Amino acid sequence: MQPTPQDVILETRDLNMRFGGLLAVSDFSAVFPRGSITGLIGPNGAGKTTCFNMITGFYKPTSGQVVFHGEEVQGRPPHALCRAGIARTFQNIRLFNNETVLENVMIGRHLRQKTNWLQTLVFTPASRREEKEIRARCMELLDVVGLADLAGEKAASLPYGAQRRLEIARALATEPSFLLLDEPAAGMNPQESEDLMGFVRTIREAFGLTILLIEHDMKVVMGVCEHLWVLDYGQTIASGPPEAIRSDPKVITAYLGEEQPHA
Amino acid sequence: MRRGRTILLNVLAIGILGLLLSLAEAYCNGYQTQILNLIAINIILALSLNLIYGFTGLFSLGHAGFMAIGAYVCSILIMTPDQKDMLFLLQPAYDWVQNAQAPFFAAVLAGGAVAAIFGAIVGIPLLRLGDDYLGIATLGFAEIIRVVANNIPRLTNGALGFKGIPAYADLWWNFGWALVTLYVIVRLLQSNTGNVLKAIRDNEIAAKAMGVDVFRYKLLSFTVGSFFAGIGGALLASLLTTIDPKMFLFTLTFNVLMIVVAGGLGSLTGSVLAGIGITVLLEWLRVVENPVNLLGFSLPGIPGMRMVVFSLALIVIILFRREGLMGMRELTWRSLAGVFSREKA
Repeated sequence: MQPTPQDVILETRDLNMRFGGLLAVSDFSAVFPRGSITGLIGPNGAGKTTCFNMITGFYKPTSGQVVFHGEEVQGRPPHALCRAGIARTFQNIRLFNNETVLENVMIGRHLRQKTNWLQTLVFTPASRREEKEIRARCMELLDVVGLADLAGEKAASLPYGAQRRLEIARALATEPSFLLLDEPAAGMNPQESEDLMGFVRTIREAFGLTILLIEHDMKVVMGVCEHLWVLDYGQTIASGPPEAIRSDPKVITAYLGEEQPHA
Repeated sequence: MRRGRTILLNVLAIGILGLLLSLAEAYCNGYQTQILNLIAINIILALSLNLIYGFTGLFSLGHAGFMAIGAYVCSILIMTPDQKDMLFLLQPAYDWVQNAQAPFFAAVLAGGAVAAIFGAIVGIPLLRLGDDYLGIATLGFAEIIRVVANNIPRLTNGALGFKGIPAYADLWWNFGWALVTLYVIVRLLQSNTGNVLKAIRDNEIAAKAMGVDVFRYKLLSFTVGSFFAGIGGALLASLLTTIDPKMFLFTLTFNVLMIVVAGGLGSLTGSVLAGIGITVLLEWLRVVENPVNLLGFSLPGIPGMRMVVFSLALIVIILFRREGLMGMRELTWRSLAGVFSREKA
């Protein structure tokens, strides 16, 4: 089933990323239908995070296009892409450690704030109302990820799994339409991974998201993704529904065959 | 804590400060009053540097430069044309310098505004630099300002500087401006914009991913910080009544930096407390510069000795209590109430 153009929220066309002599990603072309959950898998060093960095503006692709909502956006700075509706989390968690859990989410919300700090200086009613709204909205988001009780804690003091969920809440606060999750299940136990799968589906429904995730945990990948792209040494070696990928001989040799996956 | 009660307590605190100031005015001698004035100005300077360095993570060493700008602008505006006639001995002042005049409040404000403009102008290229490079570049900026001040005699009277600047900066002006500084910076940091600044300090990459235009917010923080550095410089000029380029050496920035680090990077309370403590200590330590007679040994006074002692103190702080007096904690009415209720329990 080929998605029609208006159903495609994001598309990459022949993305290349070259670091000196190393071609980290070559000709990455993928389509992401609206509302889908897609997985990007491959062995370590295959170029998955590099793809994320190109899509979110942290790297400027050497060549190729990123088309988001029908518009070419490659090479724009990260904050502009975030404003356009692309949000992400990081493989190595990057929270604002000295800030509280609530403040972390509020920072994500800042992007959609209309009043500025000069108005807070003189207590304009509009700014007070908006700060209140932001707080309330961010508390709702914390509720969604189950961290409302910890709103006043310092982000650094949270347990690992909660930090991952806070990163997602923070990304949701920017009101994205396309969410990229970089190894959301890393470091989670089987029960937590199980919960994560349900959670990813829930937020897709609740926030009308299209989700792209990098994951090594095959149970999560096979359980939640509707479509997979497989990278190896920067090359796209396969793409298709999880069942097909599971039995694809190229994937098995490159990824599953030679060593045990980091399940 | 209820909002109403917080406001009430703030008003009360300001009232008490006012009372203390009128007592100080009545009973303190000139030397003590001078120290109180310096405390207020040092608080302004420390708060402004803490905003830039402690809360936004921009390692800036350009404070002396912004202070110099504020000091010169304010002085030019409050001296009378007659005074300037007498002052500019080597070469006459430019006409616009000669004729510029403004009341004290406007002059201080102008000092801050011009410093802020310079802050924005140097910030645009420099804030793209990372940590250490920014420090070096801003240090260079401050040095440029000083050298320029030395070499435009028709604007700054060159190395002679200004003398007899009207001494308008009394306790009320200085503490008034310190309160304004505190209020603006507290409100800025309490707003969501403040959260964004702290986010940039904590993790710039994550801030970018959260849609923060990092450069814009760095520039905002740097400009507001420069503004208050200019205000501090302006008040200092009127307090000391004499300025010259040599006054704005790196040691001036170093003093402010010392207060900020000792108080705690990222704590406004720390800056206020350290502003008081260090200003007083710096005066007490003048003892070590006097000749001393210890058990029959007489040591000659060594000028600059207190800075040696102080630098040692800073090294000790960095070695044993890197987060400073307060770390990133703040003293608020809420936390005070917490302490008291805990004691009761």
